[in-house]
Amino acid sequence: MTLLTPLKLYTPLTDEVIEKLRVGQRVLLNGVILTARDAAHKRLNKLLELGNELPFSLQGIVIYYVAPTPAKPGQVIGSAGPTTSSRMDIYTPRLLALGVKGTIGHGKRSPQVVKALKKYKAVYFIAVGGTAALIAKSIKKNRLIAFPELGAESIQELVAENFPVIVANDIYGGDIYEEGWKKYAIKP
Amino acid sequence: MLKQIHVQTITDHVARLCQEANYCLGQDVTEILKKAKKEEVSPLGKEILQQVLENACIAREESVPLCQDTGMTVVFIELGQDVHLTGGDLTKAINEGVRRGYQEGYLRMSIVSHPFKRKNTNDNTPAVIHVKVVPGDKLKIIVFPKGFGGENFSGLKMLLPGEGKRGVKKFVLEQVKLAGSNPCPPIIVGVGIGGTFEKAALLAKKALLRKVGEPSSLSEIAILEKELLQDINSLGIGPQGLGGSTTALAVNIEIFPCHIASLPVAVNINCSAHRQKEVIL
Repeated sequence: MTLLTPLKLYTPLTDEVIEKLRVGQRVLLNGVILTARDAAHKRLNKLLELGNELPFSLQGIVIYYVAPTPAKPGQVIGSAGPTTSSRMDIYTPRLLALGVKGTIGHGKRSPQVVKALKKYKAVYFIAVGGTAALIAKSIKKNRLIAFPELGAESIQELVAENFPVIVANDIYGGDIYEEGWKKYAIKP
Repeated sequence: MLKQIHVQTITDHVARLCQEANYCLGQDVTEILKKAKKEEVSPLGKEILQQVLENACIAREESVPLCQDTGMTVVFIELGQDVHLTGGDLTKAINEGVRRGYQEGYLRMSIVSHPFKRKNTNDNTPAVIHVKVVPGDKLKIIVFPKGFGGENFSGLKMLLPGEGKRGVKKFVLEQVKLAGSNPCPPIIVGVGIGGTFEKAALLAKKALLRKVGEPSSLSEIAILEKELLQDINSLGIGPQGLGGSTTALAVNIEIFPCHIASLPVAVNINCSAHRQKEVIL
């Protein structure tokens, strides 16, 4: 099987599935995905620090770093592309330790996140930034589940159908960015 | 004879331009993306550029935002000195246009009212407004919704005069490398050289207003733009930062005289959702 052939995956993700994934693998994600970005991560982190229970279970879930545009009448969701993941790096290892199996965003992760992915068996997927209108077509349902006061940054439960992503970091230490840059850099 | 323009007209145009900019990618960017897709050496890079083009088609046809980050609204006004604005406050009129444009256009509200308290203003105001008074009786409005994937990786450095062109090139390349995969490459690089600290930053932003693919009118600067574009595209960062030959679509440079003691250089990065629309009244 070449990496270019997309693999259909269903959430929640299990360790067995994570073990099969390698950097560069195309994936079509199906099932429930939760949205969360800067403000929601801060809130989740605060709840954890205070020893409070989270409003939902993190076991096996996939978190999508997105704050969509408001849906127009008749739309399930507005434009919904990935935001830059690095801003969530400081919160990610803690969430991975609690069972999150995948995160979706764009851009490189910190060494701490890459290490935590290995340790807790999880992957980092990327979606193509700047294709928000296209990605919205693969979201079939959307409902608010936490922090409504955060507006676009609230946590929403999406149901995805063949949401196209690529594995950017796997549990074996692979990094799509480092491999890609090395391959295409032209030495002066 | 003064020409009269009612500020309500400005509100109406700003509202319309906010939506058009967010839905319709400019012809200049579309053309250069098509060219980049042809020339990109990475197969995955080619596919990504195809998706970016497809996305622009959907956004235009369905009147939906190209990107979920519909930006902080930067508005440039060129106000002819023979124009008399009537009916109210210009700043309020522009902000009212942004409010209406974003609310009625289903655009995302991305502005918080205080850098630390971070409460959303829920109408995407205030806009960042730059007014320049120019000769004549025309009023030009440019609406530039600026996404922060690129904005966050912009930077400024006060170089020493002796560092010259070489120093400028080095800093621009460092900044692009630092941005890496974060600003959704392929990017458009606006560079401002000269002036003061704030002038250089404004020049870099203004450089982004020039059509993509249109070189500087100064031949020496046009050469520098070309050389920098080549150097950036040799970094290997590629579309989305996954490796490839298309890291930037264009480098636009604007210059200004500067102090004997300094050589300021600012780099303002924008993603391929390079949105700006204008009207002349």
